[in-house]
Amino acid sequence: MFPLRIAGLRFAPEARPILDGLDLELSGEGISVILGPNGTGKTLLLRLLAGLLPADGGAIDWGGAAQPDGRLAMVFQQPMLLRMTVFTNVEFALRPQAMTAAERRRRTTEVLERVGLAHRARDCARLLSGGERQRLALARAWAMRPRLLLLDEPTASLDPSATEAVERIIREVRTEGAKVLMTTHNLGQATRLADDIIFLADGRVQEHAPASRFFARPQSPAARAFMQGELPWRIAFDR
Amino acid sequence: MLATLSDALLLLGCFDHRLLEIVGLSLRVSLTALLIGALLGLPLGAWLAVAGFRGRGALIVALNALMGLPSVVVGVLVYLALSRSGPFGSQGLLFSPAAMIVAQSVLVVPLIAAVTRQIVEDAWREYAPEFSVIGIGRPQAVMLLLADCRFSLSVAMLAGLGRAMSEVGAVMIVGGNIDGYTRVMTTAIALETSKGDLALSIALGIVLMAIIFGLNVAAHYVRCWATRRYG
Repeated sequence: MFPLRIAGLRFAPEARPILDGLDLELSGEGISVILGPNGTGKTLLLRLLAGLLPADGGAIDWGGAAQPDGRLAMVFQQPMLLRMTVFTNVEFALRPQAMTAAERRRRTTEVLERVGLAHRARDCARLLSGGERQRLALARAWAMRPRLLLLDEPTASLDPSATEAVERIIREVRTEGAKVLMTTHNLGQATRLADDIIFLADGRVQEHAPASRFFARPQSPAARAFMQGELPWRIAFDR
Repeated sequence: MLATLSDALLLLGCFDHRLLEIVGLSLRVSLTALLIGALLGLPLGAWLAVAGFRGRGALIVALNALMGLPSVVVGVLVYLALSRSGPFGSQGLLFSPAAMIVAQSVLVVPLIAAVTRQIVEDAWREYAPEFSVIGIGRPQAVMLLLADCRFSLSVAMLAGLGRAMSEVGAVMIVGGNIDGYTRVMTTAIALETSKGDLALSIALGIVLMAIIFGLNVAAHYVRCWATRRYG
């Protein structure tokens, strides 16, 4: 599955390119955070990697294979939860895997404990708070033992304590050996979590650097402007 | 008029044997037809909601059109199928409650399937990305979506029961309206009204309305409870 190599990736609905020749190489460790202005294709990149959309061009090489080996999970910004219990919302995701019912129950209980939702296992998932919902979605993804975990703004609209809880889980997932690729608009979160930063603008990767170096001294003009708080639409307008 | 209404209430109040027999058969026939309709219509509608194949659009249009199938047409078709010279004539089902169940099932299946298709398809649009990443196949998706939409699907079931219970043309043709054997509420109302026995017609009408109204009230409260309980 790794190294994951993306070459010349293009996505252009109605001939309007959003991603236009995107190149990227990712190793199998750590947390990579995708930053960039709105509309630059951060979420789109995750969806293309998850196979939810077909690319219009380019290639994705999964460590020498054309497809991921199945150990890929994704948590959406607004995760969909079934009108069932918290427990079932994790357990059903394990059904496609080669596990017995007892193994599925054991794994579900284990991840619910690790995200702090074991006491709510019998409650209905749709009645959880925003932070608990996101933790449940993370638990569902984590239960699948992913090799690559894609997170689309996992803490958008969460309060600081819920954000902290989600970030703790993301670190634990990384510690267990999963590669995390996530998008965020929260620069503080990127500083806290990221091992490396991928900065997207104009449909391409403008900069891919270790987080410490990126935050100390971004190299590309677009990343520098973004970090200085210049409005992205103004950058585009000035060009 | 008041005297007729008073007689009707009297029939209800003293649990008239004839009236109870008709109500009992109506419920038995319609609930069996509903069960068959649910067993066939729910999976069919859910499968249509998630499936992708050539001709799916045409099938959905046909299914929607079948919701409005005139019951007398169904009655004639089932009559032809069950009559002595028809393909199922050897079963000897014509003019029996079984024939009425068949006719009502034919009316109810497309209705339940069409409503289910719409409800499940709306849910499928929301869940499809998550299911795809998780690796949930379409058969599993059908089962999960039916379970997830179970409270909304009560609307489909109610619509099916309403269609079955209020139907008169088909059961009249294939059941024959035989007293004590195939006479149900709707056929009895039609017959007794034409004979001038309005008291029994009104009593049966009250029971029919009470059943439909009661079921709708129950479904409403179940949905309210489900929304509070399951979100």
